[in-house]
Amino acid sequence: MAYSEKVIDHYSNPKNVGTLDKSKKNVGTGLVGAPECGDVMRLQIEVDETTGMITDAKFKTFGCGSAIASSSLATEWLKGKTVDQAVQIDNMDLVEELNLPPVKIHCSVLAEDAIKSAINDYRKKNGLEELVFEEKIH
Amino acid sequence: MVQLPVYLDNNATTPMDPRVLEAMLPYFLENFGNAASRNHPFGWKAEEAVDYAREQVAQLIGADPKEIIFTSGATEADNLAIKGIYEMYASKGNHIITCVTEHKAVLDTCKHIERQGGEVTYLPVNNEGLIDLKELEAAIRPTTILIAIMYANNEIGVIQPMKAISELARKHGILVFTDGVQAVGKIPVNVQQDGIDLMAFTAHKMYGPKGIGALYVRRKNPRVKVTAQMDGGGHERGMRSGTLNVPGIVGFGKACELARLEMDQDAVRLSQLRDKLETALLQIEESYVNGCRASRLPHVSNISFKYVEGEGLMMGFNKNIALSSGSACTSASLEPSYVLKALGLGDDLAHSSLRFGLGRFTTEEQIDYTIKAVTDIVLKLREMSPLWEMFKEGIDMDKIEWAHH
Repeated sequence: MAYSEKVIDHYSNPKNVGTLDKSKKNVGTGLVGAPECGDVMRLQIEVDETTGMITDAKFKTFGCGSAIASSSLATEWLKGKTVDQAVQIDNMDLVEELNLPPVKIHCSVLAEDAIKSAINDYRKKNGLEELVFEEKIH
Repeated sequence: MVQLPVYLDNNATTPMDPRVLEAMLPYFLENFGNAASRNHPFGWKAEEAVDYAREQVAQLIGADPKEIIFTSGATEADNLAIKGIYEMYASKGNHIITCVTEHKAVLDTCKHIERQGGEVTYLPVNNEGLIDLKELEAAIRPTTILIAIMYANNEIGVIQPMKAISELARKHGILVFTDGVQAVGKIPVNVQQDGIDLMAFTAHKMYGPKGIGALYVRRKNPRVKVTAQMDGGGHERGMRSGTLNVPGIVGFGKACELARLEMDQDAVRLSQLRDKLETALLQIEESYVNGCRASRLPHVSNISFKYVEGEGLMMGFNKNIALSSGSACTSASLEPSYVLKALGLGDDLAHSSLRFGLGRFTTEEQIDYTIKAVTDIVLKLREMSPLWEMFKEGIDMDKIEWAHH
């Protein structure tokens, strides 16, 4: 199976690899997946509390090239969005942009889960109710 | 200059040796005859070529030429041996003993036997990939007709104690079948000394062509018979009908001859290269060899690089280096290698494994290149691995509640 050029590009030059200070109140962290499944993603967002805008996003991923590319692309999309806009990111948008084959769709689902999990972590820290999401099939 | 791409997937298949191709070529155009045509020179030439090749094949494993049954490959030979024995010896019993790290061609054939009403014991292996002879003996029943244990494993290269296995089997009057695919042509395999009654092996793992393999079936002490799984013209002493693949057989014969003559020197050279590769890659923190290093094929190394995922790893160099991973990120099940799991490796380590299979045409420059490329990618991917970060921070990952999906 050949990888798409966009996957290769994100894999070779991943955007926003790193770690944000999770002790900060305006940083939300999402850790999803499991080592046994071969994918673990950690995605973090830093939010400007006055505007609700995501000012920074970082990721670290254990997984295949498609998982790395999905999380790299997700961090790019998150930056500059408001938290409310970020909730709207759908895994199929990632699939389309990265040209992921059917066997790699679970990578995009994981990235969507990571975004939502990071947002909920941020909401929890700031006394907001956690959002309930419909579970997607991996 | 290093020759790229580097091919280190020789357990999957080997390139043909040019000398093999050369031997085969006349049997496509000039000598195209059917080896079963007894009445004209075309048939005679083909038959002569097959006879000669049968001798070359037999000689490599210390067999008599009459004991070689040509098949389409090792999968067919595995099927013929197990199903053929099960049917032929039905009056004696219906129990087969095999092992969990066998190739799918053996495991799935055993599953088929179970669906037919047969009984199969799947022996576990220890953390080095070896079976326990005491457990083997304990598994023997009055109805046991066959012990099917592979000679050497395709994923980790671990060599099972065939001689001890066959001595035990003989003591109990049970036949021994071995899948010799990875071992034959790489290490000395002798059906007499090893006490093997049936053995599957194939040309394309030893620099021969694809589509041709063989089943060794013992003719003396004891005389073994298998029920044919392919009915037709009664070729191969009635055990495998079908027009013989003459060019393939000629190539298989040549490959066996070359293996017999060059195996020792190849093994010495390849084990030195393998050890160089292994020693260098084990310099990387948290990397581990999978399988028993003391009883292993000389050209194979299986290494887990903890906290990075195998497929992601391969993507970093797969344009220039071809090898395999125990990770199964592309398969629908997402299940990593069942062989590595049988050794007791956690799924995380199984996902993090790479299999290096060196071959006759591997050069030292290629090994040096591979050491550097793999090391660079492991270090790079660890920098973006959340698990590596947790490990470095001393977080106990077993205590984390992972969201399994």
